[in-house]
Amino acid sequence: MKVFHVLKPGLFTTVQDLGRYGYLKYGVPISGAMDTFSLVTANLLVANNSNDACLEITLFGPELQALTRTQIAITGGVASPKINGQRVPMWQTLEVQEGAVVSFGKMESGCRAYLSIRGGVDTPPVLGSRSTYVRGGFGGINGRQLKTADIIEGFDVSLLKVGYSMPEELVPQFTSQFKARVILGPQADMFTERGITTFLSSQCRVTLEADRMGYRLEGPMIEHKAKADIISDALLPGAVQIPRNGKPIMIMRDAQTTGGYPKIAVIITPDVSLLGQAKPNDLIEFSEVKIQQAHEKIREYHRFLNNLGRMLIKKS
Amino acid sequence: MKSEPYMSTRYLPFGDHALLIEFGDVISLKVNGKVIALNEALQKAEIQGVEELVPTYRSLLIRYNPLKTTYEQLVFHIKDIEKTLKESTTEVESRKITIPVVYGGEYGPDLTYVAQFHGLSEEQVVRLHSEREYRVYMIGFVAGFPYLGEVPDEIATPRLETPRLKVLAGSVGIAEKQTGIYPCEAPGGWRIIGRTPLKLFNPLRQLPALLKPGDNVKFRPISEKEFKTVEDAVLKDVYSPFSEA
Repeated sequence: MKVFHVLKPGLFTTVQDLGRYGYLKYGVPISGAMDTFSLVTANLLVANNSNDACLEITLFGPELQALTRTQIAITGGVASPKINGQRVPMWQTLEVQEGAVVSFGKMESGCRAYLSIRGGVDTPPVLGSRSTYVRGGFGGINGRQLKTADIIEGFDVSLLKVGYSMPEELVPQFTSQFKARVILGPQADMFTERGITTFLSSQCRVTLEADRMGYRLEGPMIEHKAKADIISDALLPGAVQIPRNGKPIMIMRDAQTTGGYPKIAVIITPDVSLLGQAKPNDLIEFSEVKIQQAHEKIREYHRFLNNLGRMLIKKS
Repeated sequence: MKSEPYMSTRYLPFGDHALLIEFGDVISLKVNGKVIALNEALQKAEIQGVEELVPTYRSLLIRYNPLKTTYEQLVFHIKDIEKTLKESTTEVESRKITIPVVYGGEYGPDLTYVAQFHGLSEEQVVRLHSEREYRVYMIGFVAGFPYLGEVPDEIATPRLETPRLKVLAGSVGIAEKQTGIYPCEAPGGWRIIGRTPLKLFNPLRQLPALLKPGDNVKFRPISEKEFKTVEDAVLKDVYSPFSEA
């Protein structure tokens, strides 16, 4: 079912779900939403499944004309959404009439917004996911970002009689400062004590080289003991590599699946999702946690996500 | 000594939902053999909470669900399995695949350079590259890219100083002692000596990558004419590069 006609594609808009799991051994990255929390919430707000596909919007949003009556929700970075030129709220179900135009203004905070459609975005699943992997040229709409005149397809499902909104106290606030909790290793022993201290005690700035593959960071040089290369091994989102120049590279969801720089630490799962909202010039501070603490955080995060559907407010 | 595995395998945390098992920090059949053997054993073991295994040159990454297991439990369980592997010396059964390649010319624009670099003829380079069997050490870089090793010292060649912006799909390259095949068009710095008409990666196949770590690969020099024939057969999905064991 045709839901939207793309009038303008925005800076970099792609179809994403929670990702493509199980193919790392074939060199296929996980992909999926950079900010998974906002994607899941966007889905819940239109009573979709958590893993349904949404549009991921980067910094400058698209302009979309509705080809049918539908319901949407917009979450994530503060993207100044409008319907027919009128500013509309984020983090709640929105009614969109046939012919209406959804557009976006300036990204006031954060980097990425998520637009869900009641029933989910429909593209052919590839290896079990609708996520777009641009470098591999598959998933989403023909393996690429949106372009003008694309049609966004959806499923023919009944619209909700009552919409939802996110309780205000649960809406995440994104600033330009991020705190990333990490578990040191797997190759932390390739760094001097001073190198580790530098990593855990200084702020790093996100450079212009920051995209779905990863972020290069600028900050004080992190010192290796001797070698700055390893025989390539596997990577996962959240891994922090330190090449010879001592400047961290944070691995994100579309990164290559193997790499040859030592990994000083890996960011814990909930914080990787949060860092999906970091943009160039934002600051990141790393702090160490132990695995047991991280697992406690993950259990908390899952309990919260599982309960989130029930915590949403029904609109009357 | 340098080609040897670590005296004791290193079990390392990789964030909050993965475990990295390192067997050494070298490229060697012995180290990679341990990776492949444990990978196979863990596939069979179906351990609670294990979600994905990623074998590489010298380590095995295990992605797990922290809601279903703990790091300590996993390490304990896998160390037990690793012990049983040390006792049995059975070789891992590996598939044999023959990759047809047109060497040189527009198919392999760096063949001349590689020959000159080593003071060999192009024919000698082709013979040296295609006469031995290679192990698939890992798949990485781009979807379906196999890292194969190792080429004879006589043809080991450093990467291009400035990588090409575009290397064609199917290109066969050399980087130091490694050789590999580009599954899709990509930027790259390997010395391209030939090209195969085989499709190394297709996301629409159930098994998207043609090769997997542990496979044995041999290159077979072919003519331009045969390239076209094989290309047609590949398109019609009637070409099999696998040979009977």
